[in-house]
Amino acid sequence: MLRADNLFKTFNPGTPIENPVLRGLSLQIDSGQFVTVIGSNGAGKSTFLNALAGDVIVDSGSLHIDGKDVTRTPGWQRAALVARVFQDPMAGTCENLSIEENMALAYYRGRKRGFGPALNRGLRELFRDKLATLKLGLENRLPDRMGLLSGGQRQAVSLLMASLQPSRILLLDEHTAALDPKTAAFVLELTDRIVHENQLTALMVTHSMRQALDHGHRTVMLHQGRVVLDVAGEERGRMQVTDLLAMFEKTRGEAIDDDALLLG
Amino acid sequence: MTLIAFMGAMEIGLIFALVALGVLISFRILDFPDLTADGSFPLGGAVAATLIAGGHDPWLACGVAALAGAASGWLTAWLNVRLGILQLLASILVMIALYSINLRIMGAPNMPLIGSPTIFSPFIGENFDIAWQVQPAMLAALIVVAKLGLDVFFASQAGLAMRATGANARMARAQGIATERMVLAGMALSNALIALAGALYVQTQGGADVSMGVGTIVVGLAAVIIGETLLPSRTLWVITLATVLGALLYRLLIALALNADFIGLQAQDLNLITALLVGFALVLPKLKAKLARKPGGTR
Repeated sequence: MLRADNLFKTFNPGTPIENPVLRGLSLQIDSGQFVTVIGSNGAGKSTFLNALAGDVIVDSGSLHIDGKDVTRTPGWQRAALVARVFQDPMAGTCENLSIEENMALAYYRGRKRGFGPALNRGLRELFRDKLATLKLGLENRLPDRMGLLSGGQRQAVSLLMASLQPSRILLLDEHTAALDPKTAAFVLELTDRIVHENQLTALMVTHSMRQALDHGHRTVMLHQGRVVLDVAGEERGRMQVTDLLAMFEKTRGEAIDDDALLLG
Repeated sequence: MTLIAFMGAMEIGLIFALVALGVLISFRILDFPDLTADGSFPLGGAVAATLIAGGHDPWLACGVAALAGAASGWLTAWLNVRLGILQLLASILVMIALYSINLRIMGAPNMPLIGSPTIFSPFIGENFDIAWQVQPAMLAALIVVAKLGLDVFFASQAGLAMRATGANARMARAQGIATERMVLAGMALSNALIALAGALYVQTQGGADVSMGVGTIVVGLAAVIIGETLLPSRTLWVITLATVLGALLYRLLIALALNADFIGLQAQDLNLITALLVGFALVLPKLKAKLARKPGGTR
């Protein structure tokens, strides 16, 4: 379970480019819930995810994962609880390391790394089996460099890597934004499957209202660093993109100008 | 070139192979441009020479020298990750500071070791004629151990974590790797190797000198770059092999250039030749690509 209480974060405080991003954001997510997060540019979506992952430490407020206070815990120490897939396919993997080395890195997430060999026959077997489920033919390319894969392939492998070790929360930061529509659909389908199979608590930031309603159990809209809409269950089931859009415009108090939100 | 001159070149090449492996760790694996080498190499030499002159065991002297080098590398990394000083600048600060520290350690600008025991002396005995064979052979054995040791380490869970830290620190942190600690440990390891090289150097050259570190980083980098040009690869054990071969080839080319009377080069031209060699090695991959494209003329 995840609990964020009254999070505040301001970048460059006390300077002309002061930017208050999170302004009292509170959100509670039950175990096993898959939440989609939408909001316009600058609403605080990425900062919220970075705060959960520990890349950003909040100015005030508190963060609990599974009852554990992680408000001030550095990112690498949270890795046992939090797995993530980045927007940029380059960011989530090491392009100069092989596929199997990347997977081995993820396999030891949240565990002690000793001087034993990072790879062995059993692990390679496991990675091969996992990769085979992608049906991309990657199971025969374990020693290939990660940089040789396409963006979609890398995001698919990133998702697998995120599920190699149990975690309490999976963070997906617009992880299909850099992909073409067909590949994006494939990666989303894979996301649904992995979240479902591993019964993960997941947060998916997306720019597309369609995606936000079609995936997961609950949709949250952020605006000016706060939660302004939170729908789940039947109410959400009845919702159309146009409904969401109307609410979006109402909260912003202005007509929508972002084509990506309309067309996505 | 005589056989003895050749072996002499190999001997120094082997010592600088150790420097090159250290430089490989900082520059290539951790992506940390580190000039500490110019201070940690003479630091190793100063510590080893002082200890040996003080009657201590030469092997112990080598060990302490490596530890001193590790401390200097750790300090450079600490200045960077904890105090936020730019990598290059942090290493220059430590390098400059080490110049004074090295003078303090030796208590004089130089320290001769003529007639003192070294790690080589038990194997040479009274017969000094075989020194030119024994020293390169022992150094070769040491380099093989160091190379294989690094190969094993970088294939381990911790070693892979260190490589990920240099390749993509954000990803490494997301996988639960304490990247700051990895940089501290990696820089310590890098400069421990370089200081060990310094300790071996003073034992083959018969003494330490405070200015012996000038240009160490350039020679180390030259070896790494020549190795990469010679044997391009992304497999780690090939990369370490290429680095060692690069160091040997570099010394060989230097020896050839200095020995070829018809060119008219002398010992003082060493740094000029080094700069030319490194420059050439840097341009060679591009030159090769250009030449490969030409014959077809289609592209």
